[in-house]
Amino acid sequence: MRLELSMTVTAAFFYLFATITIASGFMVIASRNPVQSVLFLILAFVNAAGLFLLMGAEFLAMILVIVYVGAVAVLFLFVVMMLDVDFAALRQGFLQYLPIGGLIGLILLLELILVVGTYTVDPGLVRSPQVPIPSADVMTNTEAIGQVLYTRYFYFFQAAGLILLVAMIGAIVLTLRERVGVRRQDISKQNARTQETAVEVRKVPFRQGI
Amino acid sequence: MVIGLGHYLTVAAVLFTLGVFGIFINRKNVIVILMSIELILLAVNINMVAFSTHLNDIVGQVFAMLILTVAAAEAAIGLAILVVFFRNRGSIAVEDVNMMRG
Repeated sequence: MRLELSMTVTAAFFYLFATITIASGFMVIASRNPVQSVLFLILAFVNAAGLFLLMGAEFLAMILVIVYVGAVAVLFLFVVMMLDVDFAALRQGFLQYLPIGGLIGLILLLELILVVGTYTVDPGLVRSPQVPIPSADVMTNTEAIGQVLYTRYFYFFQAAGLILLVAMIGAIVLTLRERVGVRRQDISKQNARTQETAVEVRKVPFRQGI
Repeated sequence: MVIGLGHYLTVAAVLFTLGVFGIFINRKNVIVILMSIELILLAVNINMVAFSTHLNDIVGQVFAMLILTVAAAEAAIGLAILVVFFRNRGSIAVEDVNMMRG
Protein backbone atom coordinates (compact mmCIF):
# COMPACT_ATOMS: atom_id res chain seq x y z
CA MET A 1 0.00 0.00 0.00
CA ARG A 2 1.38 3.32 -0.95
CA LEU A 3 0.98 6.45 1.06
CA GLU A 4 0.10 9.37 -1.17
CA LEU A 5 1.80 12.46 0.17
CA SER A 6 0.90 15.93 -0.89
CA MET A 7 3.42 18.00 -2.80
CA THR A 8 4.30 20.22 0.13
CA VAL A 9 4.90 17.31 2.49
CA THR A 10 7.07 15.58 -0.11
CA ALA A 11 9.12 18.73 -0.62
CA ALA A 12 9.49 19.23 3.12
CA PHE A 13 10.68 15.66 3.61
CA PHE A 14 13.02 15.93 0.62
CA TYR A 15 14.71 19.01 2.03
CA LEU A 16 14.89 17.42 5.50
CA PHE A 17 16.52 14.23 4.22
CA ALA A 18 18.78 16.02 1.74
CA THR A 19 20.03 18.51 4.32
CA ILE A 20 20.81 15.86 6.92
CA THR A 21 22.45 13.60 4.31
CA ILE A 22 24.77 16.36 3.09
CA ALA A 23 25.51 17.71 6.57
CA SER A 24 26.39 14.28 7.93
CA GLY A 25 28.38 13.54 4.76
CA PHE A 26 30.41 16.64 5.54
CA MET A 27 30.86 15.57 9.15
CA VAL A 28 32.13 12.16 7.97
CA ILE A 29 35.15 13.80 6.36
CA ALA A 30 35.58 16.65 8.83
CA SER A 31 35.11 14.88 12.16
CA ARG A 32 38.13 14.56 14.43
CA ASN A 33 37.24 11.17 15.80
CA PRO A 34 36.87 8.25 13.33
CA VAL A 35 34.19 6.67 15.53
CA GLN A 36 32.16 9.85 15.10
CA SER A 37 32.85 9.66 11.36
CA VAL A 38 31.36 6.16 11.21
CA LEU A 39 28.30 7.27 13.20
CA PHE A 40 27.77 10.21 10.83
CA LEU A 41 28.17 7.78 7.91
CA ILE A 42 25.31 5.73 9.40
CA LEU A 43 23.20 8.91 9.67
CA ALA A 44 23.96 9.74 6.03
CA PHE A 45 22.94 6.25 4.91
CA VAL A 46 19.67 6.30 6.86
CA ASN A 47 18.73 9.66 5.39
CA ALA A 48 19.69 8.51 1.90
CA ALA A 49 17.32 5.59 2.50
CA GLY A 50 14.68 8.23 3.24
CA LEU A 51 15.44 9.87 -0.12
CA PHE A 52 15.05 6.46 -1.81
CA LEU A 53 11.66 6.06 -0.14
CA LEU A 54 10.59 9.46 -1.49
CA MET A 55 11.63 8.35 -4.97
CA GLY A 56 9.52 5.19 -4.65
CA ALA A 57 12.39 2.68 -4.42
CA GLU A 58 11.21 1.05 -1.20
CA PHE A 59 13.17 -2.18 -1.59
CA LEU A 60 16.46 -0.39 -2.19
CA ALA A 61 15.80 1.86 0.79
CA MET A 62 15.40 -1.14 3.07
CA ILE A 63 18.42 -2.87 1.51
CA LEU A 64 20.43 0.29 2.11
CA VAL A 65 19.52 0.24 5.79
CA ILE A 66 20.20 -3.49 6.15
CA VAL A 67 23.39 -3.77 4.10
CA TYR A 68 25.06 -0.43 4.70
CA VAL A 69 23.97 0.38 8.24
CA GLY A 70 23.71 -3.19 9.46
CA ALA A 71 26.81 -4.64 7.84
CA VAL A 72 29.24 -2.17 6.30
CA ALA A 73 29.03 0.59 8.91
CA VAL A 74 29.24 -1.91 11.76
CA LEU A 75 32.29 -3.44 10.06
CA PHE A 76 33.89 0.01 9.93
CA LEU A 77 33.03 0.53 13.58
CA PHE A 78 34.62 -2.79 14.52
CA VAL A 79 37.83 -1.99 12.67
CA VAL A 80 38.06 1.57 14.03
CA MET A 81 37.62 0.35 17.57
CA MET A 82 39.81 -2.74 17.17
CA LEU A 83 42.87 -0.97 15.77
CA ASP A 84 44.84 0.95 18.35
CA VAL A 85 45.74 3.87 16.10
CA ASP A 86 46.94 7.28 17.13
CA PHE A 87 44.36 9.24 15.20
CA ALA A 88 45.68 12.60 16.36
CA ALA A 89 48.93 11.96 14.49
CA LEU A 90 46.98 11.04 11.35
CA ARG A 91 45.34 14.43 11.35
CA GLN A 92 48.63 16.27 10.97
CA GLY A 93 48.63 18.03 7.62
CA PHE A 94 44.84 18.28 7.59
CA LEU A 95 45.04 22.01 6.93
CA GLN A 96 47.95 21.58 4.53
CA TYR A 97 45.77 19.83 1.96
CA LEU A 98 42.72 22.00 2.62
CA PRO A 99 43.40 24.70 -0.04
CA ILE A 100 44.14 22.38 -2.95
CA GLY A 101 41.44 19.92 -1.89
CA GLY A 102 38.92 22.73 -1.47
CA LEU A 103 39.80 24.17 -4.87
CA ILE A 104 39.41 20.85 -6.66
CA GLY A 105 36.21 20.08 -4.77
CA LEU A 106 34.76 23.48 -5.62
CA ILE A 107 35.60 23.14 -9.32
CA LEU A 108 34.12 19.62 -9.41
CA LEU A 109 30.96 20.78 -7.63
CA LEU A 110 30.53 23.78 -9.94
CA GLU A 111 30.92 21.60 -13.03
CA LEU A 112 28.48 19.00 -11.72
CA ILE A 113 25.91 21.66 -10.79
CA LEU A 114 26.29 23.26 -14.21
CA VAL A 115 25.72 19.90 -15.89
CA VAL A 116 22.72 19.11 -13.70
CA GLY A 117 21.28 22.59 -14.15
CA THR A 118 21.37 22.56 -17.94
CA TYR A 119 20.46 18.90 -18.26
CA THR A 120 17.25 17.86 -19.96
CA VAL A 121 16.10 14.32 -20.63
CA ASP A 122 15.58 13.40 -24.26
CA PRO A 123 11.82 12.82 -24.65
CA GLY A 124 12.55 9.91 -26.97
CA LEU A 125 14.16 8.08 -24.07
CA VAL A 126 11.22 8.60 -21.76
CA ARG A 127 8.81 6.88 -24.09
CA SER A 128 10.78 3.64 -24.34
CA PRO A 129 11.76 2.25 -20.95
CA GLN A 130 13.44 -1.14 -20.98
CA VAL A 131 11.22 -2.48 -18.21
CA PRO A 132 8.57 0.00 -17.11
CA ILE A 133 7.89 0.30 -13.39
CA PRO A 134 4.45 -1.16 -12.75
CA SER A 135 1.93 0.93 -10.85
CA ALA A 136 2.10 0.55 -7.09
CA ASP A 137 -1.51 -0.70 -7.05
CA VAL A 138 -0.62 -3.62 -9.32
CA MET A 139 2.69 -4.75 -7.86
CA THR A 140 5.00 -3.80 -5.02
CA ASN A 141 8.45 -2.44 -5.73
CA THR A 142 10.10 -5.57 -4.35
CA GLU A 143 8.03 -7.85 -6.59
CA ALA A 144 8.77 -5.70 -9.64
CA ILE A 145 12.53 -5.83 -9.01
CA GLY A 146 12.38 -9.58 -8.40
CA GLN A 147 10.54 -10.22 -11.65
CA VAL A 148 13.30 -8.49 -13.59
CA LEU A 149 16.31 -9.51 -11.51
CA TYR A 150 15.65 -13.25 -11.58
CA THR A 151 14.79 -13.43 -15.27
CA ARG A 152 16.39 -10.81 -17.49
CA TYR A 153 19.33 -10.00 -15.23
CA PHE A 154 19.88 -13.44 -13.76
CA TYR A 155 23.52 -13.60 -14.86
CA PHE A 156 24.16 -10.22 -13.22
CA PHE A 157 22.56 -11.57 -10.06
CA GLN A 158 24.86 -14.60 -10.10
CA ALA A 159 27.88 -12.41 -10.82
CA ALA A 160 26.97 -10.32 -7.77
CA GLY A 161 26.86 -13.48 -5.70
CA LEU A 162 30.25 -14.49 -7.06
CA ILE A 163 31.70 -11.09 -6.16
CA LEU A 164 30.43 -11.49 -2.61
CA LEU A 165 31.89 -15.01 -2.42
CA VAL A 166 35.28 -13.76 -3.63
CA ALA A 167 35.13 -10.89 -1.11
CA MET A 168 34.30 -13.31 1.70
CA ILE A 169 37.06 -15.77 0.83
CA GLY A 170 39.52 -12.91 0.27
CA ALA A 171 38.79 -11.33 3.63
CA ILE A 172 39.14 -14.68 5.40
CA VAL A 173 42.39 -15.56 3.64
CA LEU A 174 43.84 -12.12 4.32
CA THR A 175 43.08 -12.01 8.01
CA LEU A 176 43.69 -15.68 8.86
CA ARG A 177 47.01 -16.15 10.61
CA GLU A 178 48.92 -19.15 11.85
CA ARG A 179 50.14 -18.43 15.34
CA VAL A 180 53.26 -20.21 16.49
CA GLY A 181 53.31 -21.83 19.89
CA VAL A 182 49.58 -22.48 19.98
CA ARG A 183 48.36 -26.07 20.38
CA ARG A 184 45.65 -26.91 17.90
CA GLN A 185 43.67 -30.02 17.18
CA ASP A 186 45.00 -31.75 14.05
CA ILE A 187 42.43 -34.34 13.13
CA SER A 188 44.38 -35.99 10.29
CA LYS A 189 47.36 -36.37 12.60
CA GLN A 190 45.14 -37.92 15.24
CA ASN A 191 43.62 -40.35 12.76
CA ALA A 192 47.03 -41.32 11.36
CA ARG A 193 48.17 -42.65 14.74
CA THR A 194 47.97 -46.39 15.15
CA GLN A 195 47.88 -48.45 18.29
CA GLU A 196 51.55 -49.35 17.86
CA THR A 197 52.76 -45.76 17.82
CA ALA A 198 50.36 -44.55 20.49
CA VAL A 199 50.41 -47.23 23.15
CA GLU A 200 53.43 -48.88 24.68
CA VAL A 201 53.08 -51.98 26.84
CA ARG A 202 55.79 -52.50 29.39
CA LYS A 203 56.42 -55.12 31.94
CA VAL A 204 56.57 -53.31 35.27
CA PRO A 205 58.93 -54.89 37.82
CA PHE A 206 57.30 -55.68 41.14
CA ARG A 207 57.54 -52.84 43.71
CA GLN A 208 59.88 -50.74 41.59
CA GLY A 209 57.78 -48.78 39.15
CA ILE A 210 59.00 -47.65 35.77
CA MET B 1 6.80 22.95 -5.12
CA VAL B 2 7.62 19.91 -7.24
CA ILE B 3 10.70 17.89 -6.38
CA GLY B 4 12.09 16.69 -9.68
CA LEU B 5 15.08 14.91 -11.10
CA GLY B 6 17.32 17.96 -10.76
CA HIS B 7 16.91 18.13 -7.01
CA TYR B 8 18.06 14.56 -6.49
CA LEU B 9 20.91 14.96 -8.96
CA THR B 10 22.07 18.04 -7.05
CA VAL B 11 22.09 16.14 -3.75
CA ALA B 12 24.06 13.33 -5.40
CA ALA B 13 26.52 15.83 -6.91
CA VAL B 14 27.15 17.47 -3.54
CA LEU B 15 27.61 14.09 -1.88
CA PHE B 16 30.02 12.98 -4.62
CA THR B 17 32.05 16.14 -4.22
CA LEU B 18 32.17 15.66 -0.45
CA GLY B 19 33.56 12.16 -1.05
CA VAL B 20 36.29 13.40 -3.38
CA PHE B 21 37.07 16.29 -1.03
CA GLY B 22 37.32 13.85 1.87
CA ILE B 23 39.94 11.80 0.02
CA PHE B 24 41.97 14.97 -0.48
CA ILE B 25 41.91 16.35 3.04
CA ASN B 26 42.26 13.01 4.87
CA ARG B 27 45.26 11.85 2.92
CA LYS B 28 46.82 10.05 5.85
CA ASN B 29 43.85 8.19 7.28
CA VAL B 30 42.91 5.10 5.26
CA ILE B 31 39.71 4.49 7.23
CA VAL B 32 38.27 7.90 6.35
CA ILE B 33 39.36 7.42 2.73
CA LEU B 34 37.36 4.16 2.63
CA MET B 35 34.38 5.98 4.13
CA SER B 36 34.73 8.68 1.46
CA ILE B 37 34.59 5.99 -1.21
CA GLU B 38 31.37 4.73 0.39
CA LEU B 39 29.96 8.28 0.15
CA ILE B 40 30.87 8.43 -3.56
CA LEU B 41 29.15 5.10 -4.23
CA LEU B 42 26.09 6.30 -2.31
CA ALA B 43 25.96 9.38 -4.56
CA VAL B 44 26.13 7.13 -7.63
CA ASN B 45 23.28 5.05 -6.23
CA ILE B 46 21.13 8.14 -5.67
CA ASN B 47 21.73 9.09 -9.31
CA MET B 48 20.77 5.59 -10.47
CA VAL B 49 17.52 5.53 -8.52
CA ALA B 50 16.65 9.13 -9.47
CA PHE B 51 16.98 8.33 -13.17
CA SER B 52 15.15 5.03 -12.69
CA THR B 53 12.17 6.85 -11.19
CA HIS B 54 12.27 9.71 -13.65
CA LEU B 55 12.46 7.51 -16.73
CA ASN B 56 9.96 5.02 -15.25
CA ASP B 57 12.39 2.15 -15.78
CA ILE B 58 13.12 -0.41 -13.08
CA VAL B 59 16.46 -1.50 -14.56
CA GLY B 60 18.15 1.43 -12.81
CA GLN B 61 17.12 0.03 -9.44
CA VAL B 62 18.43 -3.42 -10.36
CA PHE B 63 21.80 -1.94 -11.21
CA ALA B 64 21.77 0.23 -8.07
CA MET B 65 21.48 -3.03 -6.15
CA LEU B 66 24.49 -4.45 -7.99
CA ILE B 67 26.49 -1.30 -7.13
CA LEU B 68 25.49 -1.81 -3.51
CA THR B 69 26.84 -5.36 -3.65
CA VAL B 70 30.16 -4.23 -5.08
CA ALA B 71 30.41 -1.47 -2.45
CA ALA B 72 29.87 -3.98 0.35
CA ALA B 73 32.49 -6.37 -1.08
CA GLU B 74 34.96 -3.51 -1.53
CA ALA B 75 34.49 -2.35 2.06
CA ALA B 76 35.06 -5.88 3.38
CA ILE B 77 38.24 -6.42 1.34
CA GLY B 78 39.55 -2.93 2.09
CA LEU B 79 39.09 -3.32 5.81
CA ALA B 80 40.68 -6.79 5.74
CA ILE B 81 43.75 -5.36 3.99
CA LEU B 82 43.79 -2.56 6.56
CA VAL B 83 43.76 -5.02 9.47
CA VAL B 84 46.59 -7.08 7.95
CA PHE B 85 48.62 -3.93 7.29
CA PHE B 86 48.11 -2.72 10.83
CA ARG B 87 49.26 -6.10 12.18
CA ASN B 88 52.45 -5.91 10.16
CA ARG B 89 53.35 -2.25 10.62
CA GLY B 90 51.48 -1.03 13.69
CA SER B 91 50.20 1.98 11.77
CA ILE B 92 47.63 2.80 9.13
CA ALA B 93 49.19 6.03 7.82
CA VAL B 94 49.25 6.10 4.04
CA GLU B 95 52.85 7.31 3.83
CA ASP B 96 54.01 4.22 5.74
CA VAL B 97 52.85 2.08 2.81
CA ASN B 98 56.31 1.80 1.28
CA MET B 99 57.26 -1.86 1.72
CA MET B 100 57.29 -2.38 -2.04
CA ARG B 101 59.46 0.72 -2.51
CA GLY B 102 56.92 2.13 -4.93
